[in-house]
Amino acid sequence: MINVHDILETVDMIREKNLDIRTVTMGISLFDCISDDKDRLKVKIFDKVTRSAKNLVSVCEELEKMYGIPIVNKRISITPLSYIGAGLSPEGFVELAEVLEAAAEELGVNFIGGFSAHVQKGEILGAKNLIEAIPEALARTNRICSSINVATTKAGINMDAVARMGEIIKKTATLTADRDSIGCAKLVVFANIPEDNPFMAGAVHGIGEPDTVINVGVSGPGVVAAAIKEAGDCDFSVLAETVKRIAFKITRVGQLIASEASKRLGTPYGIVDLSLAPTPAAGDSVAEILENMGLEMTGAHGTTAALALLNDAVKKGGVMASNHVGGLSGAFIPVSEDRGMIAAATDGALTLDKLEAMTAVCSVGLDMIAIPGDTPASTISGIIADEISIGVVNNKTTAVRVIPVVGKDVGDSAEFGGLLGYAPIMPVKQKSCEAFIKRGGRIPAPIHSLKN
Amino acid sequence: MKAVVTVTGKDKVGIIAMASRECARFGANIIDISQTVIREYFAMIMLVELENLNCDFSSFATAMKEAGEENGVDIRVMHEDIFNTMHQI
Repeated sequence: MINVHDILETVDMIREKNLDIRTVTMGISLFDCISDDKDRLKVKIFDKVTRSAKNLVSVCEELEKMYGIPIVNKRISITPLSYIGAGLSPEGFVELAEVLEAAAEELGVNFIGGFSAHVQKGEILGAKNLIEAIPEALARTNRICSSINVATTKAGINMDAVARMGEIIKKTATLTADRDSIGCAKLVVFANIPEDNPFMAGAVHGIGEPDTVINVGVSGPGVVAAAIKEAGDCDFSVLAETVKRIAFKITRVGQLIASEASKRLGTPYGIVDLSLAPTPAAGDSVAEILENMGLEMTGAHGTTAALALLNDAVKKGGVMASNHVGGLSGAFIPVSEDRGMIAAATDGALTLDKLEAMTAVCSVGLDMIAIPGDTPASTISGIIADEISIGVVNNKTTAVRVIPVVGKDVGDSAEFGGLLGYAPIMPVKQKSCEAFIKRGGRIPAPIHSLKN
Repeated sequence: MKAVVTVTGKDKVGIIAMASRECARFGANIIDISQTVIREYFAMIMLVELENLNCDFSSFATAMKEAGEENGVDIRVMHEDIFNTMHQI
């Protein structure tokens, strides 16, 4: 029989330490839906999505029962819509978002990601019109997520797109001003976007992926935090080893769910994403892990080193537990979705500058950060440019999901609800970068992009 | 198919009897059982064979959970594979 201690450990992880599967995400290619007739395109997209994911929610519910572990989100990622609706007007793209919203509602999935475009070197017409449609699309829907890739290490940074995304974020905030500008919580700007990420808001089904695929994102910051606490006053070698061991176990559960879901849905299994994803619930916080390592509060000096150790150990432990690892795979530090981060940001211990430094050693970037509603678009573009540069130069994925909350300022807080949580409004630099952003054009790819 | 039934809670008379009676009612055959009491905390683990289960897995798991709640203990039924994959390489 299986070791009693191991069984009780697993039950305790699930019951007391919030171990769960964060998401089972089905990727669906929409290339076979392309049509020059807009209404035909809408019908084909609705049919393909609802047909492919017909059993996604019910199969996940079966697996939850069978293995006794919660699967928090059931999601879908689609081929970036800029390719599928390349000939559409901005109004046409808004209609597609509404069709996808209807599909999500019918299926009972939490989110559909892929209202997206790749514009690292420039915009095709479809990308231009899709970006134009983002504010309206996100205001009219609740379950659609948008991501725009503005840079890659190979292509450099499209600064025209960076400048434009500052304005689009502002407009999205304005159109959802009555709900603390929640539209921006569903919009993320990327460098080096992965093609198989199961997490929102950045999930897309890449063009090199199979027709449909199952990707799984694990969770478990609470389990790691508890393991570190139990390890007590050990040195860093032991600390790293403790994280590796627990990451292995967490990832094994993800691997099991991924392969079973794939079998039952008759859909190939893609990857397990090793990211530790927090929630606003007590005991489910990445900040708590860092604090259990010995920091008085996240944001103190030492935070970047603690996060670097955590991120590396999670990968080392996780990679052996799964036969295919992908997506973002690193610790997430979304401020509004992590109780410890919220506390540290409210206290002032955690600042935007420190968060930027932290993103150099983990995934995925400046995430779910509420900033004053009167922040100029050029300042938002400056925040994006800085963060995206970290990704491009370090050959990694980085992203920005900031929410300029209309009508609110430092000292206020914004409430997004559910897993998106709540956040204090964090101060941004008051000095202008407008003239820098206005230059336009592209920042060339770094020298190490020339590897061939 | 085998499942692991864990019963945890405050120790009292008749927990094993209750859990095994419920298993028998659904045709779940107990093939291994172990239990410990740490202070007043009771933990019992049963490995059950579900080949002749007279309902589906989900109904069995739900019924066991409810029987546990009625008796003030936590009962979980989980497919054995979650433990095998987590704790064995």
